[in-house]
Amino acid sequence: MELLWILIKILIVFAVVMFHVMYATYFERKVIGHMQVRMGPMRVGPHGILQPIADGLKLFFKEDIIPTVADRKVFYAAPLICLISALSAVAVVPFFEGFAIANINIGILYIFAMSSLASYGVVLAGWSSNSKYSFLGGLRSSAQVISYEVAMGLSLVGVMMLSGSLNLTDIVHAQMKSPFKIYLIPQIIGFFVFVIAMFAETNRTPFDLPEAESELVAGYCTEYSGMRFALFFMAEYIGMIVMSCLAVVCFLGGWSGPFDVPGIPFFWFLIKVYFFIFVYYWVRATLPRYRYDQLMALGWKVLIPLALLNIVLTGIIKSMFG
Amino acid sequence: MEPLEIANRLKERFPEQVLEVTECRDQVGIIVKKDRIVEMLRWLHDDPSMQLDHLADLCGVDYLGKKDVRFEVVYNLYSIPLRHRIRIRAQVPEDDCQIESVTSIWMGADWHERECFDLFGITFNNHPDMRRVLLPEDWEGYPLRKDYPLDGGGKNWRGYDEVLEKSKRLRKFDFYGQYQDPTKSTGLEEDARK
Amino acid sequence: MPENKAESKEIVREEVAYEPYTIAMGPQHPATHGVLKLDLELDGETILNCKPTVGFLHRGVEKLAENLSYAQTLPLTDRLDYIASMANNVAYSIAVEKLLGIEVPMRAKYIRTIVMEMARLTGHLLWLATHALDIGAMTVFLYCFRERENLLDMFEEICGARLTTSYTCVGGVRQDVTGHFLEALHAFTDDFPSKIAEYETLIDKNRIWLKRTQGVGIVSAKDAVSLGLTGPTLRGSGVDYDVRKHMPYDAYPYVDFEVPIGSKGDVYDRYRCRMEEMHQSNSIIRQCIEALPTGPIRSPDAPDIVMPYGEQKRVAADATFASGVIKLMKDNEHYIDGDVYVSAEVPKGELGFYFVSDGRGVPYRMHIRSPSYIHIGALPFLCKGQMVADVIAIIGSVDVVLGECDR
Repeated sequence: MELLWILIKILIVFAVVMFHVMYATYFERKVIGHMQVRMGPMRVGPHGILQPIADGLKLFFKEDIIPTVADRKVFYAAPLICLISALSAVAVVPFFEGFAIANINIGILYIFAMSSLASYGVVLAGWSSNSKYSFLGGLRSSAQVISYEVAMGLSLVGVMMLSGSLNLTDIVHAQMKSPFKIYLIPQIIGFFVFVIAMFAETNRTPFDLPEAESELVAGYCTEYSGMRFALFFMAEYIGMIVMSCLAVVCFLGGWSGPFDVPGIPFFWFLIKVYFFIFVYYWVRATLPRYRYDQLMALGWKVLIPLALLNIVLTGIIKSMFG
Repeated sequence: MEPLEIANRLKERFPEQVLEVTECRDQVGIIVKKDRIVEMLRWLHDDPSMQLDHLADLCGVDYLGKKDVRFEVVYNLYSIPLRHRIRIRAQVPEDDCQIESVTSIWMGADWHERECFDLFGITFNNHPDMRRVLLPEDWEGYPLRKDYPLDGGGKNWRGYDEVLEKSKRLRKFDFYGQYQDPTKSTGLEEDARK
Repeated sequence: MPENKAESKEIVREEVAYEPYTIAMGPQHPATHGVLKLDLELDGETILNCKPTVGFLHRGVEKLAENLSYAQTLPLTDRLDYIASMANNVAYSIAVEKLLGIEVPMRAKYIRTIVMEMARLTGHLLWLATHALDIGAMTVFLYCFRERENLLDMFEEICGARLTTSYTCVGGVRQDVTGHFLEALHAFTDDFPSKIAEYETLIDKNRIWLKRTQGVGIVSAKDAVSLGLTGPTLRGSGVDYDVRKHMPYDAYPYVDFEVPIGSKGDVYDRYRCRMEEMHQSNSIIRQCIEALPTGPIRSPDAPDIVMPYGEQKRVAADATFASGVIKLMKDNEHYIDGDVYVSAEVPKGELGFYFVSDGRGVPYRMHIRSPSYIHIGALPFLCKGQMVADVIAIIGSVDVVLGECDR
């Protein structure tokens, strides 16, 4: 009975996340379009609302081109690694009180582990394509992800210290005691570092050098076509959603809000996640791209010292105020 | 400084190199021999009263049949601080079709000279990288010469023939019947004449 | 036993040859502004050597010009720098007018200055759009194209074409400007400075932009002149050379404008030069509109092809350059023996035409000194020691158009 309930939860969450991924692509094009004085998709259905379905169908029917010099087994496996690790990370996110597929006691650690695994997928994609551009893209991406993982982990240590637990549901409960029921104010430095590391982890502008169109065509996924490319795409958006959920749970109070909406327990959670995803799009439309060495310098020389400073300050505050 | 004065100063300094001074619509050109061209241009570049530091243009001209010496390499010089200009035309005979390169004075002369070699066949000695620039590396002939016909003499470039061969071979993949043979006429020209 | 073991475990030293990692930013690439092939030799992310290959767009304009009359070559010059084609036309026209000794009426001079500055604006707007897009700021691209649409609509109004306008002709302009055009242009120039401020808000003081462009691709003034750079690329290094001030043509002696000069010679200074030039072009257009004199728009002795009607039509149909078409042109005594070199300041730099004429109605030799060709030749020098990401920024700042490079 328990098993059946877990399977149903998995199906529901999977369906909801996939639906969000599809419409995240649609809203990205609309939001960025409106910021650029144009309209985004307008043709497929009213105001282009059926565009993701059209995109999915197109990618499904495209010819699967594999370069002859590519390493077949690894070539097939790489997008799967990315997608599986991204989806697995969704399993521990608590959407509202009592609803998480797996409410484990090491929730944050598990999400970090999954995002590190995703970097394997990127490196293997770049390597197995056996082409110079893909190789450079994979190399850059893996170095970037590894650097910013450290900063991200350290920025969350402050949250762990204040809440005393790695369990995501417990962190949300612990935030009820803070001002406004969020950890944003005591952990403002940590939040700042986490948000920047969040952009770098998901390879989004201004840190999207691995897939910078104007330099490397498409970086590590240059040689992928059709459904395989779609898998990478999905992995990227699921990564965005997971990171936004993590930010909301750790810093913005999860599902708690100023007033309770009857019947929709996940209302505030969704609003906050949508806000973060909007910030992703906003930043993409506005900012230019960092150069590779400047990106690494930012990660190692600026974010990690800030995160360490945050830990020290949190320790001092916690020992003074108990 | 007036252009004619520059020409006179050059004539004083290199008397046996300067052959003729021409003038056309207030612009002065000096026809010189090609032997000491680098020395002359370096003097024009360095001399404080000349300071012709901007090489505006370097090109070749083919005077087939009009003059005794077939080619000329023309240097258009301008001085940014002193605001005067001059043109130096060095004669290059057909049988000794080479001249010294001026890349030691102006780095930018590099690509100018490559183009001159590409289109005329005039080789530049001591050039860092003498090879064709605008045309493919295996092109035969020098197109801007007057005896090179406008339509290329009727025969195609070897690379183009290879592409046509390849398209014939790959025609078996033409599933939708969209292939159009570029070597056959489309029938539009005859319609236009009517 | 130890000796045997020592013998069997010989240390083998091999000579390992290190080859640099070559990557080809091939002819088809989103950032190379046309069909340009760059062979980069990399050591990690640093460039050891960079070899450009051009010629994919070579159409033999110089050879064609030797068989076409002066008026027939004009549409060929449109396609040189196809982004600012009015500027190429003006450069060609002033060169031929100098060769043939034709005096252009004042109204035509002012109109030509107006369209040349409009072409400068279109060229610089496209430069900004692609440069920002390459560095990652996508939104500036669309804002610039919004303004460019207005300018292209105005081009369409005066000559019927947006891109390849053969509007200026030898001896003046082809047709007159309408009052509606002048009003629309005046309204445009009222608005434009605020639009430039909009672009600058997005990128000018942005930390990421400054980090990407300052200190990148530095050229000293002496090196820049030696490399043959011209235009904003040269002025970013501090050299005061603008053909409009040094050898004024058209109505430039009668308008008031400044030439922005940079100091350090990096990508950021060249960017600031071009942004300032857009302001100056705006002011030049306003001055010309306000001071536009009345009068004829074409010189009476301008050589031009008469529209063949009736009997002449049959002759023109199978005319070759030796008969037919040339005979239809006005026979005048302007075709002299001689050679001239005249240059103009197009958005990309100094576009020069060197004509050699032997008295016929067809140039004996026409050489186009194109700024983009020289600038691509200077790329190996500019890119040495920079990183791959900087090459994109440098190509963007040097502003090449392959149509002009290959002719």
